[in-house]
Amino acid sequence: MNKQLLIASSLLLFVAFYFGGSYLYQKSNVNVSSDKQSALVRPTAFVLGNPDAKTTIVEFFDPACETCKSFYPFVKNILKQHPDKLKLVLRYAPFHTDSYYVVAMIEAARLQNKYLEALEVIYKYQDKWASHTGTPNIGLIWSFLPEAGIDVEQLKNDMKKPEIDAIIKQDIADTKTLGVRATPEFFVNAKPLVKFGKIELQALIDSEL
Amino acid sequence: MNQTQKSSQKAWLILFLAWVVTMISTLGSLFFSEIMLFPPCVLCWYQRICMYPLTLIFIVGIFSNDRTVFRYSLPLVAVGLFFALYHNLLYYGIVPEKLAPCTQGVSCTSDYIHWFGFITIQGLSLFAFSLLAALLYFFQKVSR
Repeated sequence: MNKQLLIASSLLLFVAFYFGGSYLYQKSNVNVSSDKQSALVRPTAFVLGNPDAKTTIVEFFDPACETCKSFYPFVKNILKQHPDKLKLVLRYAPFHTDSYYVVAMIEAARLQNKYLEALEVIYKYQDKWASHTGTPNIGLIWSFLPEAGIDVEQLKNDMKKPEIDAIIKQDIADTKTLGVRATPEFFVNAKPLVKFGKIELQALIDSEL
Repeated sequence: MNQTQKSSQKAWLILFLAWVVTMISTLGSLFFSEIMLFPPCVLCWYQRICMYPLTLIFIVGIFSNDRTVFRYSLPLVAVGLFFALYHNLLYYGIVPEKLAPCTQGVSCTSDYIHWFGFITIQGLSLFAFSLLAALLYFFQKVSR
């Protein structure tokens, strides 16, 4: 066989495989299949907005993730625009080192009715405690939490509760079931955000309203 | 066909195979990051830096039937093999992770694929670089 022809046809084949594969992959990646939908929303998960809203946004987040921090006010703002039609279910994807404990703090703050306050203060000081060049210094968070009116001693005790552990473990198991690999990951009425971005998220929510 | 022609044919085929390996690795890794949207970690980038130019070096080599391609490709294969080996040691916990700080929150030990229980992306990379090293060895042996 002619060498040039062999090279050219292999090249063509590679390109065809690549684009054919991407087409098939994107086509197969539309909805969360019905057998996995129970993993999207758990009754224990924190819900923001109208609990009876017909459009559900599920966000998997990691408190140490910068993109999650930048999406938080954005999503909150969308929620404010449609207070009756939207709800946001917050789920944990503690992928970073020690994020597990930070998530446990947020969950323990919920027992003091300070869930969002804790989350907001943790995001606010994210650049102080969540260094990406080394191990995060989550010990610093203790000193930020009183700003949100949280009783830190109480929180430390509550964090040891097995219910909190169970919630986080369930969320981590659900990230595996749903194939959540990066944060933040959004699902709107079980449709995953395929192309990541604020504009894309807004469009996905609008199409589901 | 005389002996030199035969070995030249063989050398060309080995080089062609090496090019195929680099193409599959390159497009495969691009598929993981661009289509499946797995964020590549730092070590993956170092391996990519070594793998991607090999596609071009080998294609020039197979077009011009250039024996010296061995010299130009070996350093890239060696460096890539080193990083792939290190990455796998890190993944299996033989080397502690603290030595490799990962930027942008992507850990070099997180699992993106786990096919049949043992195939991982870093495993595929190690396989590809080892195969390239072996092919280059045979190429040099045949073409000498």
